[in-house]
Amino acid sequence: MTQTFDEMWGRSFGQSQMQGAESALPQAQSQVMYEGLRPPYAEFDKWLKAENPARLQRKQLEAEEIFRLTGITFNVYGRAEAAERLIPFDIIPRIIAAREWQKLARGIEQRVRAINAFLHDIYHRQEIIRAGRLPVEMIARNTAFLPQMIGVSPPGGVYTHIVGVDLVRTGDDQFYVLEDNARTPSGVSYMLENRETMLQMFPELFSKNRVKPVSNYPKMLHRSLAACAPAATRGAPVVAVLTPGIYNSAYYEHSFLADKMGVELVEGHDLRVVDGRVAMRTTQGYQPIDVLYRRVDDEYLDPLNFNPESALGVPGIMDVYRAGGITIANAPGTGIADDKAIYSYMPDIVEFYTGEKAILQNVPTWRCSEADALAYVLDHLAELVVKEVHGSGGYGMLIGPTSSKKEIAAFRDKLCAQPGNYIAQPTLSLSTVPILTKAGLAPRHVDLRPYVLVSPDGVTITPGGLTRVALKKGSLVVNSSQGGGTKDTWVLEE
Amino acid sequence: MLGKTAGGLYWMFRYLERSENTARLVEAGQRIALTRSSADDEWTSVLQTAAVLWGYSEKYRDVTKDNAIDWMLRDPANPSSVLSVVEAARNNARLVRTALTREVWESVNECWMVLKGALAKRVNERDLPQVLTIIRQRSAFVRGAMAGTMLRNDIYNFARIGTFIERADNTARILDVKYWVLLPSAQAVGSNLDNVQWETILRSVSAEGGFRLTYGQEARPREIAQFLILDKRMPRSLAFCAEKLADNLGYLAMGYGTRLPSHALSDALNDVKLDTSIETIFEGGLHEYIQDFLRATSALGAQMEVDYRFYV
Repeated sequence: MTQTFDEMWGRSFGQSQMQGAESALPQAQSQVMYEGLRPPYAEFDKWLKAENPARLQRKQLEAEEIFRLTGITFNVYGRAEAAERLIPFDIIPRIIAAREWQKLARGIEQRVRAINAFLHDIYHRQEIIRAGRLPVEMIARNTAFLPQMIGVSPPGGVYTHIVGVDLVRTGDDQFYVLEDNARTPSGVSYMLENRETMLQMFPELFSKNRVKPVSNYPKMLHRSLAACAPAATRGAPVVAVLTPGIYNSAYYEHSFLADKMGVELVEGHDLRVVDGRVAMRTTQGYQPIDVLYRRVDDEYLDPLNFNPESALGVPGIMDVYRAGGITIANAPGTGIADDKAIYSYMPDIVEFYTGEKAILQNVPTWRCSEADALAYVLDHLAELVVKEVHGSGGYGMLIGPTSSKKEIAAFRDKLCAQPGNYIAQPTLSLSTVPILTKAGLAPRHVDLRPYVLVSPDGVTITPGGLTRVALKKGSLVVNSSQGGGTKDTWVLEE
Repeated sequence: MLGKTAGGLYWMFRYLERSENTARLVEAGQRIALTRSSADDEWTSVLQTAAVLWGYSEKYRDVTKDNAIDWMLRDPANPSSVLSVVEAARNNARLVRTALTREVWESVNECWMVLKGALAKRVNERDLPQVLTIIRQRSAFVRGAMAGTMLRNDIYNFARIGTFIERADNTARILDVKYWVLLPSAQAVGSNLDNVQWETILRSVSAEGGFRLTYGQEARPREIAQFLILDKRMPRSLAFCAEKLADNLGYLAMGYGTRLPSHALSDALNDVKLDTSIETIFEGGLHEYIQDFLRATSALGAQMEVDYRFYV
């Protein structure tokens, strides 16, 4: 029997987490018992009890309509007929108390500072390897390490201008970092639109609860990017967002951020190198860009320096970058910091660069490249989550407890063929937050991705973030590409 | 502004204008079909006016009302069908999303969603009027959002230029296909057939009311030609469109501080082609005049692409 922690109702006792609780008053109507309403939800619960269930159902539909009209969609690769889909939005907010958030924020800031120090070190003197805290193979044989970045110091010393730290919770005070997204984390537009939608639909909730605002994120992002402008900048820094184009799965977000920051949204074919600067083709000729917030992967950034087949990038941009003619955010090569093999060393990395113990815990991780670990993982496949080192989006992973014998056997073959490609972790009992189903409220597993901005002026964390929720009962997969939804995330004022 | 954005705005509004024009042609065609006994010939001319006859003939052997309407409203194989152009307009809107207000974007997005629903299946005769109304209304919503929320800057000018190039082209093509019923020699005939043709022309530009108000009850070919070519009060006339093009190009020149080859082409259009009388046009040949005009607007569009760096 597993215990699950519900962020609204507290720890559950009784049957298993897979059972019931499909009602607005779970303790009265299902076999699952909960500890009792947790304080951050007190006001919300009062409101909820006074609400007419039919109205709530209508509001849920209304929310979908708002999203459809706004065009908040994402594209799913390999599904021509449903090129654009909505990410389901659930109207029950996830509520975090001020105190809980403060601790999280401290942990996140510590981790993000360590990541930037690590990136600088790894592309310069590699002290952490000399000190024997990180095996050299982790870098030398890692495709996420970009030799082109060796010796390059990005303007302002910032590597990861934007980070999305994926957190999960298993109890009142137990948070784990699942992944550090240090390349081009996405989803922040959902954080903002989810809040806008909630404000529009339930203004009364926001007068009763004092929720920290998130709406100044685009302004902070612009400020933070401009603060990292290169030496070549003349006048106010010109910022632009680089997108792969309208068929990219996150195009909506790219246009959203460019729009909210009031900057141009460019594609590779709008750009070229002119007089040692990267410039965009405007109606009045080429104009230099100082800071490029790119939403294109390293590999596609520059056909002259990386993948020669890429049509998404700008030929020669890396040369301009190395010469200090442009800031690329995030810096190329940051993937080495959020690599899943490096992840297992994060507690050491945090300690090495900050001199403090990591505030946020890592999920215990077996590196399948190591013989002992591999043997253990192969023996316990049915209990573990096994992930590809370079995978993302919930693809190519095995969730032991919910997989069939056949799936496990098939995965075992893949794992044995290339053990270095995988890591394994225990299946955590992720916390739940209720969602609104047709039958009433029901608990579903969630994770949390707060967004962190880094500039020479410091680290800024937007209070809240993106809560992703597995809409299927019992499911632990929250990825939008795999049927996950999102919720508005509230951090309460003290 | 990015050259790509200027191009995207220009095409977005060309496509929106085209969807409305196509709906209007279908409406005029249907009206004629209902008031005459054998009307399938008329659909050939409607397809020709919309410049989609060639593609239609690739798919169908005979011109029938149902197939013509389907081809013009919803066939994905026809790049100028209402559904195709609304989708193209919406794709361009996504491309230039940062240049649009939320209101304009939402109205285009909703236009696309609603029409995708309304045109999901073949439209049967009973539903046709309602579907045509939806098309007209949706494009009016976009225009309203545009007028009410957009800054009057280069973004707005490129959008307007797209609208008026497309509209001028459309009115010129209506005249091109029907020019023979407007020739002075046709006036003598005055048959019932000609009356129907004249009415079709006016309906195709939603101008029967405006024409009556301006020229009285009797539709006469000379006045119809005058109205559609030279009357600047008429918002779909060639002269009106050319003047608007000159205005918006002028604002661009003012904002950017440079006049470009497009401006010379637009001046030539206004000062040479349209500063004339209907008699002079008839003397030189109506057909030749229209052909000339079509070439001139298409050259202007091509020059805009170059001058404002839409693609390179």
